[in-house]
Amino acid sequence: MTDDHVYLSLAEGSEEGEARWAFGTGFEDPLHGVDTAVPEELDSRILAAYCLALGDDALVLAQRLAEWCTRAPELEEEVALANIGLDLLGQARLLLSRAGQAEGAGRDEDALAYFRNADAFRNVRLAELPNGDFAFSIARLLVMATWRLALFERLTESKDPVLAAVAAKGVKELTYHRDYTAQWTVRLGDGTQESHRRMQRGIEEIWPYTGELFTTAPPEREATEAGIGIDPATVREDVEATLRQVADAATLTLPVIPTLTASPRTGGGRVGKHTDALAPLLTELQSVARAHPEATW
Amino acid sequence: MTRDRRKWPLYEVFIRGKRGLNHVHVGSLHAADDRMALTHARDLYTRRNEGVSIWVVRSDAITASTPDEKDPFFAPSGDKVYRHPTFYDIPEDVPHI
Repeated sequence: MTDDHVYLSLAEGSEEGEARWAFGTGFEDPLHGVDTAVPEELDSRILAAYCLALGDDALVLAQRLAEWCTRAPELEEEVALANIGLDLLGQARLLLSRAGQAEGAGRDEDALAYFRNADAFRNVRLAELPNGDFAFSIARLLVMATWRLALFERLTESKDPVLAAVAAKGVKELTYHRDYTAQWTVRLGDGTQESHRRMQRGIEEIWPYTGELFTTAPPEREATEAGIGIDPATVREDVEATLRQVADAATLTLPVIPTLTASPRTGGGRVGKHTDALAPLLTELQSVARAHPEATW
Repeated sequence: MTRDRRKWPLYEVFIRGKRGLNHVHVGSLHAADDRMALTHARDLYTRRNEGVSIWVVRSDAITASTPDEKDPFFAPSGDKVYRHPTFYDIPEDVPHI
């Protein structure tokens, strides 16, 4: 390694890293030292369904974040949003791979991401809503990150060692996502009259979809009973307390989180009932893979 | 001078790498406040595992020498060879010299 460019010399040196600095160096494999065989005592059907749901949340939200590329209000924010999207994409890859492995039908992460239609996706609907303005996207990401962080903190105790390892990796990422969006929520909410109005509107627009996050759907109920997953109803109090803390600092008003049975549309993304926004998102996400099904990258 | 409030001020970013002993200047960015500058620096300059510590400072807080001053500032040290520690034997096990 030369120190010709001071920035390059910052990258940690390692035997492989020397030649491959452009791809990053000193990376950790989140599954290093983890036995990736599905434990015999676990019901692999339940594990697959649960990993699929968590993986789909991350994949769909990552795609929405990617849509901010070239459209963000500032260059720096564009990179920030893309980074967060790539964190989520990384989580999605690990979770969909695990889902495919547990399912045992020969589907890998690509098969699950690119060759399922909207009704086979199990993400919560909040993840798929179109981006709206920056405040809307920040509101959605704040709620999703806070909720997912609460789940992942508890999933580090999952009986599935891979899921536990993925959760441990994700906790650090999600903590940053939550802090990033909390900062923006406060900045906009406690900013100008216009930024306050837009941030409050963003909160109100996403709010009807928050009830679903805390509703126990069949994949979650089964996974919780099996010691694999977490009942999302049990994180509601923690998540709501965090969101209220942010909202108070931002001088915003949080509506009451609706319960799904009381909302006009019953069911939700976890049982394959999606908004009209998901199918066009998937068309774009899947277009290259479907046009060139034998391609490798 | 009134600052244009619609534009975020410029910040300079310094990173200390895992192998590095000191923070080194890596570039600049725009941010509305110090905290945001730190967040942006994290996202822009440490994405490839480069850093363990970040400093940010507003560019207008830096006083820099100008090209006009080059000769009086730097030329006089050009012929003072005795200021370099080349007349000593440095032991093998003394690092960072």
